[in-house]
Amino acid sequence: MKASPQESPEPDRESSPSTPAAVSFEREDGETLVVNASGRWKTGAPRPAVDEFQQQIATPPRRVVFVADEVESWDSALLTWLRAAIQAAEAAEIETDRSRLPKGVFELLHLAELVVEPLRRAERARPGFLARVGRIATGFWSETLEDLGFFGRVCTALVRFVTFRAQFRRSDLYHLIQSTGAEAVPIITLVSVIIGLILAFVGAVQLRLFGADLYIANLVGIAMVREMGAMTVGIIMAGRTGAAFAAQLGTMKVTEEIDALSTFGLSPMEFLVVPRIVALFLMTPFLCLYSMVLGICGGAMVGVGMLGLSPQLYLDQTLESLQMLDLYGGVFRSAVYGVLIGITACLRGMRCGNDAAAVGEATTSAVVTALVVIVIADGVMAVVFNALGI
Amino acid sequence: MANEICDGRMPEREPHIEVRGLELGYKGRPILSNMDFTVGRGDVFVIMGGSGCGKSTLLRAMVGLLEPLAGDVSYDGMNFTRAERSERSEMLRRFGVLYQKGALWSSMTLAENIGLVLGEYTELERDEIREIAAFKLALVGLAGFEDHMPGEISGGMQKRAGIARAMALDPEILFLDEPSAGLDPITSRRLDELILTLRESLGTTLVVVTHDLESLLTIGDNSVFLDRETKSILARGDPRDLLEHCTHPQVQAFLRRGDEPSKAGAKETVS
Repeated sequence: MKASPQESPEPDRESSPSTPAAVSFEREDGETLVVNASGRWKTGAPRPAVDEFQQQIATPPRRVVFVADEVESWDSALLTWLRAAIQAAEAAEIETDRSRLPKGVFELLHLAELVVEPLRRAERARPGFLARVGRIATGFWSETLEDLGFFGRVCTALVRFVTFRAQFRRSDLYHLIQSTGAEAVPIITLVSVIIGLILAFVGAVQLRLFGADLYIANLVGIAMVREMGAMTVGIIMAGRTGAAFAAQLGTMKVTEEIDALSTFGLSPMEFLVVPRIVALFLMTPFLCLYSMVLGICGGAMVGVGMLGLSPQLYLDQTLESLQMLDLYGGVFRSAVYGVLIGITACLRGMRCGNDAAAVGEATTSAVVTALVVIVIADGVMAVVFNALGI
Repeated sequence: MANEICDGRMPEREPHIEVRGLELGYKGRPILSNMDFTVGRGDVFVIMGGSGCGKSTLLRAMVGLLEPLAGDVSYDGMNFTRAERSERSEMLRRFGVLYQKGALWSSMTLAENIGLVLGEYTELERDEIREIAAFKLALVGLAGFEDHMPGEISGGMQKRAGIARAMALDPEILFLDEPSAGLDPITSRRLDELILTLRESLGTTLVVVTHDLESLLTIGDNSVFLDRETKSILARGDPRDLLEHCTHPQVQAFLRRGDEPSKAGAKETVS
């Protein structure tokens, strides 16, 4: 029952020392329970438990009257206590009377009871074990189909790109080429030199035992050109550029920029995805070549500085150990990694959810997926190159 | 640039927020200057004006998210702008802020969004925190949505959950940036009721940035009208009083949706 509330007392924001929050109970003519709240009801301050009220209604009265004449000050602490008590009384089918509560308390309690957004509980029900297994299985299948669909759309868009029919802004492509290529040079420099140094150090320790110091040049040269140059660039690009692409596209998804492109008839595949893949495809071979040279330089630092080989001898030995096919193989690998990183990053970005957390998940997923795909591709290419005698 | 400010009727209440000589800008580019106004305790103070006039910028400066180029903001006579870090943080606990897009933390449920603040600033038990969170959500019509993630509810519901979070600590002052944008008319009206109830029952002072004419004329009892051209205040006071008595054409155009006063009057007569 909701009758007119009392005009006072209203909440007092002053925190003067006063009596703590308390509730007293009184039975009137056996049928009415008067619940009298008193003292200072403030969030964080001690307050009575609702259990006391529940014990009182264990022997159900016909009605409960809530009174707060002696309440000195109140905030959410009183409101939540009253709400819990009212809900308990109503669950026990006891009539409640709030007309003696302060007007503000009465109104806020009333406002909290208005149902404007019916909760669809069925949607929140936790499915059973089998249902969950089924959902995961069908989810995996539909996700795989979506991935394949995405891959198909990427291929179509790439065909349109090479036949000069794709819609995209050239300036975007140039900017992407700059950010994936030139701007990655410092980190590639650092990592490649260090990898060359490490390879040479590890090799030097072993080769010295046989007096085969000179073959350090062969070891570093072949490792960098055939494998490590491409792998270094692949891993750096996955972490640096792949993550950036997934975050960019994910944020665009959250802010509905991708939907806006679609509604203007612009293909997000051609406008956003293709330029990113093309930029990576074009830049990774150059970065790979650069990484190879720097790795060899790193090795030379050890060979010349630590083993006392002459620079000319080191260079000659390196060139002698390498074949052009090694170089082609390494550069080819890096281009494949570039395309794979572009596709996985764009896939994760385009399939991002609608909130900030989803952007983080998409970014992480893009990097992890790209690394896994790079390792798998490396294994496949190793087998194929071996079979072809490269 | 001397501008004549159109002063409307103002509620006579004890000053709660005082803005004096405030100048705001980004990267040295001035956006607002000569901001002088007082918000009374328990006022529903509306910051209004056309798009891009600096309403949200003013609000950001009032809550300390933007350092002013000059001037001060004081709460209960205490200078907020020049306050020490610890003093300022103490003052911030008395504020609740609703951002334009709700700004809920997307990795937390609605109850956790509200509970985080309560857990941080009070010694409450987890059950009590959840109880308060549930009550705040019920106040904005989201009873039962405690365990939903922000991504699972609509934009309007996110906005309301943002209001519930802003009310978490029973703040003395609530700053609401475009609270009714994106809400349906029924929810928007309910929100107006909530604002008025909060003011009536808890004595909360509300500073509301809004374009919503119906809402601002319903809830506002004091206001400032900002102008993009002069980067200053064109009018101050009760928006209903400004609607009737302020003769400034820009203020009239805004409050009458671009209609001439005479035409608007004719419409009112017909209806």
